[in-house]
Amino acid sequence: MNTRKALYQYGYRRCADQGRSSPARHPVAVVGAGPVGLCTAIDLAQRGVPVVLLDDADRIGEGSRGICYAKRTLEILDRLGVADPCLEKGVTWRIGKVFQNDDLLYAFDLLPEDGHKMPAFINLQQYYLEHALVERAAALPNLEIRWRNKVIDLKRRNDGATLTVETPEGPYDLDAEWVVAADGARSALRGMLGLAFQGEVFEDRFLIADVKMKGEFPPERWFWFDPPFHDGHSALLHKQPDDVWRIDLQLGPDADAKAEQTPERVVPRLRQMLGHDDFSLEWVSVYTFQCRRLERFVHGRVVFAGDSAHQVSPFGARGANSGIQDAENLAWKLALILKGEAPESLIESYDLERSAAADENIGHSTRSTDFIAPRSAQELRFRDATLSLARHAPFAKRMVNSGRLSMPSTYETPLSTPDRETWSGSARLGAPVPDAPMRDRSGRSVWLLEALGGEETILHVPNGSQPPAGSRVLILGEDLIDEHGFFTQRFDTSPGSTYLVRPDQHLAARWRHATPPLIESASRRLRGIEGDHA
Amino acid sequence: MSTLVVESRFADPDRAYRALIEAHRGLSDEDSATLNSRLVLILANHIGDHAVLQDAIALAKQSMAATDAATE
Repeated sequence: MNTRKALYQYGYRRCADQGRSSPARHPVAVVGAGPVGLCTAIDLAQRGVPVVLLDDADRIGEGSRGICYAKRTLEILDRLGVADPCLEKGVTWRIGKVFQNDDLLYAFDLLPEDGHKMPAFINLQQYYLEHALVERAAALPNLEIRWRNKVIDLKRRNDGATLTVETPEGPYDLDAEWVVAADGARSALRGMLGLAFQGEVFEDRFLIADVKMKGEFPPERWFWFDPPFHDGHSALLHKQPDDVWRIDLQLGPDADAKAEQTPERVVPRLRQMLGHDDFSLEWVSVYTFQCRRLERFVHGRVVFAGDSAHQVSPFGARGANSGIQDAENLAWKLALILKGEAPESLIESYDLERSAAADENIGHSTRSTDFIAPRSAQELRFRDATLSLARHAPFAKRMVNSGRLSMPSTYETPLSTPDRETWSGSARLGAPVPDAPMRDRSGRSVWLLEALGGEETILHVPNGSQPPAGSRVLILGEDLIDEHGFFTQRFDTSPGSTYLVRPDQHLAARWRHATPPLIESASRRLRGIEGDHA
Repeated sequence: MSTLVVESRFADPDRAYRALIEAHRGLSDEDSATLNSRLVLILANHIGDHAVLQDAIALAKQSMAATDAATE
């Protein structure tokens, strides 16, 4: 049934580290060339840190995995230079519809306002994202991807780790000052460190089918509770590129995983759902899922990111999206530490910020699962009561939960300098700053997030007095012109307003009237040099 | 308004109790459970305060434990 062949094949190549008498030493080794490992490696390389990326396979394209990439993820991918091919290939969507039986319960719009470069979501097969990332990685001279390099042993040291890597030509050792374990939900590195991966296991089985057909359905996320074509269970339909549709059918806890994957079972189910059988199956699998996490993401010089650190149910598209946000949180911190511009303890803020994000994601995904797959007669009664009330009372509509879609986390972090004044607008301390369409000095259109890039930046609204000094200052009205007023509104500006933005574009501090010592102190704080460190 | 009120609030508590009884009269256990589920959701939203809801859940559970102990 799972006949999809690898779409992209990469070759093993012997590297200079093999056959040495003593191990070569690298600043960073990233293990796992999935989206999280690739993003981490690219981000580090863009920041001038040489990276070795190790992967045990030599191809991408198999399996049916992440398909939904959220606005914040796309903004990160844009900074990493891969958003364009993803947007070009992907299906852009923002409307979701929730049905019960045949009736539309409600519809939602994920991005109801203008003035953002990136859409709310795109759907894209994970292999297209990975391919775009591999292409980008290949263009970076200080990033080396080693296919069919499987880490089989890890020895921790105070100043790094030694990895033993198995290749088709035999094993070799390499030393890395830092190791990023982005080796997925079944992380071998997690096992090598003997770390527990605990949480909640859900009994319900789900059938996932990627179906190729010429569909009449619009590019929207359609979710059914108890649809006429799939009695008593839930169903999801979502468009992907290449006329492929993701279909997700709840099967219940007692379903026979093996039997349910056979065409004899799958085709009639889909025929009932789609009303025809003019489709072919790209991929079918039956899965259960778990919501769990490592207690700590940082173990000395070994840092876990993505599914190796935390795992969620698929409802809400929080797996790949949160993993890529881990990558961006980690990369700038590691880069500063390796360059000696921040203390090693800055890495603790990765653990703190991304642990909180993981808890948030696990919380959302667990609550969605409770709603989609009730586990007792009473849970089902509450669920069905909510669905019925949703037709009569607005409060119940808000309780209907078919997956709360991935949003970036707002960090409550010692790296932020607490607000002293009150601010309105959508910019929030600790959150990624909102995008806005601007013009640069020469009158060219530029998006705010493009202008910020990956550097710590001060944004300043002039008020006639001396503008702030700092490594990078952008003056509103000079360097960036807020032609349409989006910036003014979203940042609640007044003359003299000054904003300090982290290298990951999260807001670190803001003042109505900043003084050089305040800015300097906040800048040191965001690098973990002063302030109350966890 | 963030603690559960446990003092009597109805002017005529007997009538309020009677309203619940009447709502359930003639229903099967299954239909009663269905009705109660809707009522709980409606009333919980009316309270609209997570801490109060938690207090109410705790009081209900506490009273179940006390009842169980009394019957043993």
